[in-house]
Amino acid sequence: MTTRTDALPTQEMTINMGPQHPSTHGVLRVILTTDGEVVTRAVPDVGYLHRALEKIGERVTYAQYMPFTDRLDYLAAMNCNCAWAWTVEKLAKIEVPERAEYLRVIVCELNRISSHLIAFGSYTADMGAFTPFLYAIREREQVNDLFEMLCGNRLTYNYARVGGVSGDAPPGFLEKTREFLDYFEPKLDEYNNLISYNKIFVHRLANVAVIPAEEAVAYGLTGPNLRGSGVPFDLRKDEPYSVYPKFDFKVCVGTGERGTLGDCFDRYMVRINEMRESVKIVRQAVARIPDGPVRAKVPRLFKPPVGETYFRSECPRGETGIYLISDGSVNPFRLKIRTGSFVTMNIFEKVTRGLMIADVVAVIGSFDIILPEIDR
Amino acid sequence: MEALALSLVNAIPPLAGVPLWTVTLLLMVVVAAVILVFALTFEGVGSLVLRKVAGDIQARIGPNRVGPNGMLQFLADGVKLVLKEDIIPANADRLLFKLAPYFVFVGSFAAFVVVPFGVGLIAADLNIGIYYVMAVTSLVVVGVLLAGWASNNKWALLGGMRAASQIVSYEIPVGMALIPAVLIAGSLSLQDIVRSQGGLLGIFGWNLFHNPFTFFSFFLYFTAAQAETNQTPFDLPEAESELVSGYNVEYSGIRFGLFFLAEFGDMFIVAALATACFLGGWNVPFFNAGTLPWIWGNLLSLGVFLAKAFAMVLIMMWVRWTLPRLRVDQLMRMAWKFLVPLTFVNLLGVSLWLLVFRGKGIPGMIASLFG
Repeated sequence: MTTRTDALPTQEMTINMGPQHPSTHGVLRVILTTDGEVVTRAVPDVGYLHRALEKIGERVTYAQYMPFTDRLDYLAAMNCNCAWAWTVEKLAKIEVPERAEYLRVIVCELNRISSHLIAFGSYTADMGAFTPFLYAIREREQVNDLFEMLCGNRLTYNYARVGGVSGDAPPGFLEKTREFLDYFEPKLDEYNNLISYNKIFVHRLANVAVIPAEEAVAYGLTGPNLRGSGVPFDLRKDEPYSVYPKFDFKVCVGTGERGTLGDCFDRYMVRINEMRESVKIVRQAVARIPDGPVRAKVPRLFKPPVGETYFRSECPRGETGIYLISDGSVNPFRLKIRTGSFVTMNIFEKVTRGLMIADVVAVIGSFDIILPEIDR
Repeated sequence: MEALALSLVNAIPPLAGVPLWTVTLLLMVVVAAVILVFALTFEGVGSLVLRKVAGDIQARIGPNRVGPNGMLQFLADGVKLVLKEDIIPANADRLLFKLAPYFVFVGSFAAFVVVPFGVGLIAADLNIGIYYVMAVTSLVVVGVLLAGWASNNKWALLGGMRAASQIVSYEIPVGMALIPAVLIAGSLSLQDIVRSQGGLLGIFGWNLFHNPFTFFSFFLYFTAAQAETNQTPFDLPEAESELVSGYNVEYSGIRFGLFFLAEFGDMFIVAALATACFLGGWNVPFFNAGTLPWIWGNLLSLGVFLAKAFAMVLIMMWVRWTLPRLRVDQLMRMAWKFLVPLTFVNLLGVSLWLLVFRGKGIPGMIASLFG
């Protein structure tokens, strides 16, 4: 974008965007330096939601830490629950019953759908179309109903346990899930017709904040943000965990269908397509779920062997990696969590340079950041 | 107005002793009050309908707590706005901050004066009607810019700047798109324009169907007018998700209420102008409402006009809840690279048409073919 600053010198203006701003998706603060409407620099300032989740992990037992993982990413609490359970199981080498793993995959993928729905809905709201947001909320409500049936909670589920899940699926749950999938899948086409290929929407997103593949890798982007740049990397395929290898699904990548590969539209479309793949996975899991127990025998105050482990799983906002050191006591010795949103913020300053103020909103939305994940 | 006063004096003998100017003045006050009451009622009902329509479109219920089915919600909102504390930021320019809402409000409401509501139902049938509307609605820019500047808030300033550039840019296509109606009627008076669309052709007498260029200019007008009045998808000055709320972010209480009312007033003015200039105004198809006895003709034409105008308002609401928002550079590009050239070409087309076919429209020609 060319600016005529040499011809007509103007003074730059520093604007504080956030921490209270409707489009920063939480308490993100961005310090904008603008020349009129053109952003010359946008520096993200994180940390307004820091709760020391990692330090808390050193003071509670392995089982007690499970509710805290809900708060790691409250829009995808199931994924974080399961990530913690898988990490501890990897550390202590616990065998998990297969039915529990199937249930975990079902809830993880359902939660991926509901999380991407929020990403889709809030993104369209950021772009000025408020209606799709409420459609997304309507669908998400049904996922919440399913989870409420399963574990009694609608936001912070606390469903996974070290060695399994807290309870078996109640009668009717699998049928309800199938009903939801049948209802939900056609809705995606409706969204695409309503907003995804809307001319104004496409013009707002295409060719904005392009991240080339090498750059995305170099900055450590993961999840839909990386795949939006055309890199087919998905931990569910490339470093399979749980029962994911048993399912048939494809890794969605950006194609540059409306602009350049790696622009905001690609990142948006990856999420829409991933919902479809998640539907596929849940369908298969619901069809093939075996009978059996849902929880391995793990003592309540269990002490894992001395050692350390790193486990990473594919969460809706990228890779959530948990590094865990055990000294053989009931508490973890050290806990470090790597989250997708936090790493994504690195590239923020680079891609927003020279964009308009409205584009900064588009970039934040296309990254689908969530603040509790950034600050932990 | 004076003629009306004279006829009133003649009709009611006790008024004979009163000087004519007093009657005229009183009449003016009454008419102004009626217009204001109508405008405020429209805004109240309009805001309710807007929220109900939004509810319907967005798969939710909308207001349903105050009064039966939420019908009194707008009263509750109005009372709330009046009772709320009127906060003026410490660093604001107090005088300009207080002044700004009035500019916006007056600019929007003064346009109601020339809206042709029906046969004889117009507050002032100015011979420069359309010109007057364009002029007074430009006052809104001043108010918006003042509000953005006086708030001493950077988001408000950005919103004010956006609004000023947007309204000034889109005024040109709005004016250019309205001129075809003026050309056909040969008058700037809105009553004359409406009358020129009457006659025996029914809805085909409307300017909308006069010739292909006028058909096109209706859509050009509607698009440009949406932008000029900051309606979605052109609501950049108050882009909630970017500028938080734009130029009115620091306003509260009744001052915010004035901005809010002006927004609805603009909505109605756009709809009313579109109706008057392209959709036949208050003309009842195949029927001359002026021939009805007493006030029935006036009431019938009023009903027809309001029905058309409200239909346009509903379309604007529908658009508002469907489309996303443009970016500021795209908005400017659309005005200067598309709408302005298109409206000029369109104007040229209409002028040539009128010259070549001696002012006859396509429906008129077809009608004369069949005798």
